[in-house]
Amino acid sequence: MIIDKLKKSAIKAFKSLYKMLPLILGILLLVSLIPVLIPKSFYVRFFQKNPILDSVIGSIIGSISAGSPITSYILGGEFLKDGVSLFAVTAFIVAWVTVGIIQLPAESLILGKKFAIIRNATSFLFAIIIALITVFLLNVM
Amino acid sequence: MKNRSKKTRGILYFLVAVILVYIILAFINFNLFLSSLKFFCNLIIQIVPILILVFILMVIANYFITPKFITKHFREPGIKKWIFIIIGGILSTGPIFMWYPLLAELKEKGIGYGYLATFLYNRAIKIPLLPVAIFYFGLKYVIVLTIVMIFVSIIQGIIINRILPLDR
Repeated sequence: MIIDKLKKSAIKAFKSLYKMLPLILGILLLVSLIPVLIPKSFYVRFFQKNPILDSVIGSIIGSISAGSPITSYILGGEFLKDGVSLFAVTAFIVAWVTVGIIQLPAESLILGKKFAIIRNATSFLFAIIIALITVFLLNVM
Repeated sequence: MKNRSKKTRGILYFLVAVILVYIILAFINFNLFLSSLKFFCNLIIQIVPILILVFILMVIANYFITPKFITKHFREPGIKKWIFIIIGGILSTGPIFMWYPLLAELKEKGIGYGYLATFLYNRAIKIPLLPVAIFYFGLKYVIVLTIVMIFVSIIQGIIINRILPLDR
């Protein structure tokens, strides 16, 4: 019984990872192109103006993106290495996983339009606030 | 089902498109192509052990956490309810659309909108994927971010409960 359940859990986990594999490979290939084709100075100039603006830009990009959280970690981590500020990267990964523009129609249909809009709008704002609080806490710790 | 196969096809198209970019790059500038490929190989070497750990954690999550387990604990009163909703959100696995019917059912049974929002917010914290986050951002960052996100999820829940009270 336990072995059967464990086997099922392992198969389910393997299938999930297997399905994600082409996406992970594609993302890794893409992020490998970025440092070669786009110089660090581009990102540094684009972001790093001020914490609030960086967080807003990060939250906007994260909100309109979709996919597994693992993709946001990989992209965010590589952005950080390329000189993008931690404010922007934090807002980006938080908005990626909490704001669901793509799922909005399904969420509206099942849980109500008003709920879906309020939840996504507050999640967008909170991604900015979380970025500011997290980086502030990390700096004072 | 149709949507899922569409999504799988989309992912494959994405991979093929990126490979095509590499092929084009090889023709335009072979040195840049080699540099990107080298960067990619280094990333793969770094990420494979983490993916193995992710797999093990996913097996554990799939084994213990089911929608039945979560529904059972959502009925606790007061602070206990918030705690179970947060834990439920963190431990829930699988795609979000899988959980919408369950959340709709919970709403019908009188669980407030705010609790549903808190559950959805905490789904963003994926324990099986934490090794990847730690690899890129460090343990300290991940701990601080996780705590802040849990705290904010409660605030969001309270706000939504106020804005959207359940009609009873």
